[in-house]
Amino acid sequence: MLDQLLQFLITGITVGSVYALVGLGFAIIYNASDVVNFSQGEFVMIGAMSAVTFSTMGMPLIIAMIGAVIVTVFIGMSLYKFAIKPAAGASVVSTIIITIGASILLRGAALLIWGKDFYGFPAFSGEEPIYLGSATMLPQNLWVIGITAFLVLIVLWFFNHTLLGKAVIACSCNKVAAQLVGVNVTRMLLLSYGLSAMLGAMAGILVAPITFTSYDAGIMLGLKGFSAAILGGMGNPLGAIAGGILLGVLESLGAGFISSGYKDAIAFTIILLVLFIRPSGLFGKKSQERV
Amino acid sequence: MSIVNIKHLEKSFGGVTAIGDLSFQVGKGIVYSVIGPNGAGKTTLFNMLCGFYQPDQGEITFSTEQDYLLHQMPTDKIAASGISRTFQNLQIFFNMTALENVMVGCHLQSSCNFIQAMLRLPSVIREEKKVRQRALDALTFCGLQSLATETADSLPYGDLKRLEIARALASKPKMILLDEPAAGLNDTETKEMRELIRRICDSGVTVLLVEHNMELVMNVSDQVLVLNFGSLLAQGTPEQIRDNPEVIQAYLGGEI
Amino acid sequence: MKRLGGFYGISIVFLLLPVLFPDNYYIGVVGAFAGLHIILAVGLNLLIGYCGQISLGHAAFFGIGAYSSAILTTKYSFDPWLAMLAGMVLVFIIANIIARPVLKLKGHYLAMATLGFGIIVNIILVQSQDLTGGPDGMGDIPVLSIFGWNIDSDIRWYYVIAIFALIAVWFSLNIVDSRPGRALRAVHGSEFAAQMMGINTQNTKVNVFVFSALLASFAGSLFAHQQSFVSPDSFNFFFSIELVTMVVLGGMASTYGAIFGAILLTYLPEFLVIFEDYEMLIFGAILMGVMIFMPQGLYVGLSQKIGNLAKRRKQKRQVAASEAG
Repeated sequence: MLDQLLQFLITGITVGSVYALVGLGFAIIYNASDVVNFSQGEFVMIGAMSAVTFSTMGMPLIIAMIGAVIVTVFIGMSLYKFAIKPAAGASVVSTIIITIGASILLRGAALLIWGKDFYGFPAFSGEEPIYLGSATMLPQNLWVIGITAFLVLIVLWFFNHTLLGKAVIACSCNKVAAQLVGVNVTRMLLLSYGLSAMLGAMAGILVAPITFTSYDAGIMLGLKGFSAAILGGMGNPLGAIAGGILLGVLESLGAGFISSGYKDAIAFTIILLVLFIRPSGLFGKKSQERV
Repeated sequence: MSIVNIKHLEKSFGGVTAIGDLSFQVGKGIVYSVIGPNGAGKTTLFNMLCGFYQPDQGEITFSTEQDYLLHQMPTDKIAASGISRTFQNLQIFFNMTALENVMVGCHLQSSCNFIQAMLRLPSVIREEKKVRQRALDALTFCGLQSLATETADSLPYGDLKRLEIARALASKPKMILLDEPAAGLNDTETKEMRELIRRICDSGVTVLLVEHNMELVMNVSDQVLVLNFGSLLAQGTPEQIRDNPEVIQAYLGGEI
Repeated sequence: MKRLGGFYGISIVFLLLPVLFPDNYYIGVVGAFAGLHIILAVGLNLLIGYCGQISLGHAAFFGIGAYSSAILTTKYSFDPWLAMLAGMVLVFIIANIIARPVLKLKGHYLAMATLGFGIIVNIILVQSQDLTGGPDGMGDIPVLSIFGWNIDSDIRWYYVIAIFALIAVWFSLNIVDSRPGRALRAVHGSEFAAQMMGINTQNTKVNVFVFSALLASFAGSLFAHQQSFVSPDSFNFFFSIELVTMVVLGGMASTYGAIFGAILLTYLPEFLVIFEDYEMLIFGAILMGVMIFMPQGLYVGLSQKIGNLAKRRKQKRQVAASEAG
């Protein structure tokens, strides 16, 4: 039982890291522009698929990864520039449809370019399993967890200790005030979307060697990343990360000990519970509406 | 004979006391104004009167044919007991016409339910005619009858302030709470507002008023309450308040 | 009868189309689908467009209605109309239970809660193999008949669905222009003010949610008998999104907008099929394009543009007349 637990924990933290990165991307975009980006999962998919393509074209791993990130960042920024910015001030429902439309468009493009096949990616440092008691871990698991932690630290450092990061936060608090002190809001928002896309792409690249990727791999990932963000508290980056890991672990444990068919239902049941009991999430702040 | 009796009302947000041990009575059929510097607790008081906030301590009793304990009632029930209000930040239904806005005000005066409406029973058609007429009457009372079919989002600010009043009056309240009705109005509009408030009071509705415009308050009120830091500073007729040295100090911060 | 002028107009069109174009696949078969979508969209429009709420999970109610009919008629030999009623009762219960906590939420939280609900129902439909046949679905759903008249041909289905769709539209038009309809719209306009007018906003939201769920359930039962086969694929997240798109694309807070959106989104895939692999890409692009450039919806946006054009022409004529005279 205990070794099973360890195995499920390893899987859970690995998957949870991906959810954490996707959730963090959600949180960044939500903070910056009050938009829930339903195409976040597609950033993950495009990152993975592009990396596969570049790698197949002969590029060394690192270059393929960088190329994939560049492609995805470009798409993320374009999303802001051509879809979100022109529709500023639209209602919540409208913006939801816009980002859902974006996710359909990106999936349609992926379908055109890559078809319905599944694509694999060689693991970064081989497939030699590592044994922890009677639980097995692949080197790739370590890469996922490790690089996720690294990315999270960089993002936190960026927001808390750089002027640029603070400028982004200023935009999310009050766009007009930020402009008045000389912040270029458009540039900050482009940066936010780009950053979010980068995180998504990295998530895709990291996990592609473990779970194969295909044109519609992004849908569930996006939804679960969104769940992670809500679990942690919408708009709280650290919360999104904690939410992602927690979600991954709970899902893994649930699938292992209860039922694997209902695995996806676990994530959404948790979300419903959070929203009914404590909508501000584990770490979010409660807001008051003034009359 | 008082229509509202407030006893030892208290409300805090976090560590900040918005209202502290406030007690007063509002006489029936008068214009009763609540004034005070910003942050004195006026809107908090209004919000407690209509059930948006629950007081931490104290009682609010609304006396018409029976006594209603407002501090324990939800907003829609408070409205049904005969109280209506306007809002400091306009809460107009911008997705409807002016007439439809006021027709919503007639909600309590009509009874058509979902199924009856769905089937468009004859009783519904009859009721709609009555509601429409009542709404037009309320618009006319406030001088807005020519704007009935305009969508609310096309109306100027001054008209919207009056529209909110028309909507509140359509429910035939016993008491109406006006939250800064003159805010943002020019002199002409303010004078019209003063006349409207007087007309409302003359028609038998008790008016509870929060206002910053001193000229309006002094000219239209029968009684004035001055709040400062959530406590009662002074109470009396406009003349008594105007000459009260504590009031002057609170507002102007010292000797003139 | 100015109020219902448009309604009589579309009634005549709907009822005459198969007569004018007999044996036409796009009228008879696709038209029937459009009719089902109209029932769904018109109900959802009351919730989203008029009442200002969101539901990204309404396919669940469509599915519960469909599967109730399927299971009760095939496994328990229920009379189809009774099974349909049972489905609606079940949906009534479920919708009431889910609506109260969910509709306390707003904005993105509400969207996510309804999304979660919809996905959970879909997963249950897939996983409950013994009851629902799992991902392969269940077939052999018996024919629906009205007093012995079997609805067993495309043209019969077209007319049955068209009539029910028109009834649903009539319900919607009646509700909008009435006390409960104004209460819905008031809740959307300002919940504080609505409460102050004596409206119980929570009940209002729950009632319209349940009503739209019941319409979806009814449509689902019709669908089950029409197809005589159901599978979970028809009741997933994508269909929920399609439904919301119909309401939003057509134009919110407009019954005719919802009809327009339903018809558009039924025929658009038929049209896009000729683009084969580009279909998804183009669909996504259209969705984005309309929402960015015409957020009030195509029907409302286009009718405003036509209205403005007519106004300008009228003004030009008036100016010309006054200059000549």
